[in-house]
Amino acid sequence: MAKLTIPAPELMYSGHAACPGCGAALAMRLVLKGLGPRTVLSIPACCWTVIATPYPTSALGVSVLDNPIEATGASLSGLRAAADALGYKDLNVVGFAGDGGTADIGLQALSGMLERRTNAIYVMYDNEGYMNTGVQRSGATPQGAWTTTTPVEGTSRGKPEGKKDIMGIVLAHRPTYAATLNPAFPEDLLRKVEKARDLTGPRFLHTFAPCPPGWKYSSEESIELGRLATDAGIFPLFEVENGRYRITRKGGALKPVDEYVRAQGRFRHFTPEDVQALQTEVRLAWEHLLRMEKETA
Amino acid sequence: MTRLVMSGAYAQSYAALLAKVQVVSAYPITPQTSIVEKLADFVATGKLKAEYIKVESEHSALQVCVSAAGLGARTYTATSSQGLLLMHELLHWASGMRAPIVMGVVNRAVAPPWNIGADHTDTMSQRDTGWVQIYAESNQEVLDTVLQAYRLAEDPMVRLPVMVTEDAFYLSHTVEPVDVPSGEVVDRFLPPRDARAVLFPGVASRLGSFTGPDHYVEFRREVARAMDNVPATFASVEAEYERLTGRCHGGPLSTYRTEGADAVLVTMGTAATTARGVVDELRAEGKKVGLAKLRMFRPFPTRAVRDLASRVDRLGVMDRSYTFGASGPAATEVTAALYTSPHHPTVSGFLAGIGGRDVTPGEVRRMFGALLAGEPTEIRWIDLEEQQELKIDG
Repeated sequence: MAKLTIPAPELMYSGHAACPGCGAALAMRLVLKGLGPRTVLSIPACCWTVIATPYPTSALGVSVLDNPIEATGASLSGLRAAADALGYKDLNVVGFAGDGGTADIGLQALSGMLERRTNAIYVMYDNEGYMNTGVQRSGATPQGAWTTTTPVEGTSRGKPEGKKDIMGIVLAHRPTYAATLNPAFPEDLLRKVEKARDLTGPRFLHTFAPCPPGWKYSSEESIELGRLATDAGIFPLFEVENGRYRITRKGGALKPVDEYVRAQGRFRHFTPEDVQALQTEVRLAWEHLLRMEKETA
Repeated sequence: MTRLVMSGAYAQSYAALLAKVQVVSAYPITPQTSIVEKLADFVATGKLKAEYIKVESEHSALQVCVSAAGLGARTYTATSSQGLLLMHELLHWASGMRAPIVMGVVNRAVAPPWNIGADHTDTMSQRDTGWVQIYAESNQEVLDTVLQAYRLAEDPMVRLPVMVTEDAFYLSHTVEPVDVPSGEVVDRFLPPRDARAVLFPGVASRLGSFTGPDHYVEFRREVARAMDNVPATFASVEAEYERLTGRCHGGPLSTYRTEGADAVLVTMGTAATTARGVVDELRAEGKKVGLAKLRMFRPFPTRAVRDLASRVDRLGVMDRSYTFGASGPAATEVTAALYTSPHHPTVSGFLAGIGGRDVTPGEVRRMFGALLAGEPTEIRWIDLEEQQELKIDG
């Protein structure tokens, strides 16, 4: 029988305001289990602003500082500077930001934080759009996906542009550690969070965060969809430590992307050609990842 | 105490050094740069033990201070003009989070067209952000006011951010002798920031949060109350500073030769020095004129203005910025302060020194001349009088 490796103590409490099946809530719960209570979180305007519940309540068992949407990277530098100046030891300084607040409007502050080599962990939970404001497209929305600002009607057929490669952008800054996480694989997620926790320097965690209302699927399917995303190569699990790539889940041949696409209403309009185009893109990205792993071994 | 010859920019740096700030964040902009360059020297040579964060924008500069102050650190940053405008969103965050940040601002014109001269448009555009604003006239006043600003900002009755401003080049790049208090004196005046951090590491807590109308109003009211506590707190801070250093810059509205005056000119920043000289000349000529230096613009010293109005029939207000579609911001505020006052002197608005244009004694004489002649005007662009207006429309 497999040994239970997920720490039992909870730092995210019931009574939170997340939608049923929210990947961002699952990610937070697991990330905090890995980090422990000596953690200060900086949270920009995002779903988690609301999920944590309004004043005077909080669904989080750690200290939390709210910051404007584009400033999480700078906030982490400020928190770390104060922690160092005030002699707070063993304090995890952690940002928990959405994909829009990271890869779009927050990119400058993130780049600054990485370049300054701020000793902090930046977690981007990727629900592939501005979900808290009602499902608008972000730079992280995948190509072709329906959102309220990339409708499927008239001349519009979902988002015309591709998904921004945030890991590529982050890795160009040579962080101490960067990894992709998926709450559907909690052991892998915990191992990476604990590894990040015990390193120093800028660390970046990109977590998959499926969104039932935004992606148009039934909330009980979040874990299944998460497993599918990784096993089809849509969201591969890997880590990069000091420039060295390692794929942390490799199950032989990738599953076809078709099942992942068909499971979600946001891709309902996809033609067989659209699916084929996505399949090709995923294959190329996967081959690139395999190459990087081999080259940096 | 030591007397050093220094620029207004360095006066900011020396004050931050004496205040033993723990976190400095900086993004360069002319003419603020020498403030943060000097601080970099202080940190590099070990004179100042602070975390010095070189950020990638002014927006991030202020976020660093807000977050660091959230954990309990004493913080400093400085900016000017466009940089201050970029900070606008964070200015609201700082006051709403009750972060006792002190920021130096070198008052500079706003683009377009690009202009780096003295002008108050940058800070006047931030008057509704919940920051205390104090405008300095001399390098000495800069240094003293920054130290006072920390006491004011960190006072439990206030807990609000404070910006201490100085006119570009007239102060920032002009050297004057400045009396620098000893470290012991400053330590007595300004103890370390209360160790009770707002955010407790390792304890469930939240700074910022979100609320509906059920609590939001109360939060806003708390900021308003804190602002209302500034005049009394500032008076005691100034009194203690005077006891320790012998220097006082005269409260939020500092008056000069206003006794029995027929007309008083209200000015801000360095224009007060020019105006003071003109007051002396006119008094020597037998004309009863005086000066009121508006040091604090937020909170606006309504009571002090009403007190002045009870003694004078004609007020002039010189603004170094213009609110398009309205008037000079200081003139507007002075006028508004008097509406519910029993005394109603005439109020004339003058615009001068826009975009670094020189404010000459001759111009100040003209302002007094108009006041004494009893010709109140809503607003006069003094910069454009007595010279050919530059035609920009061909």
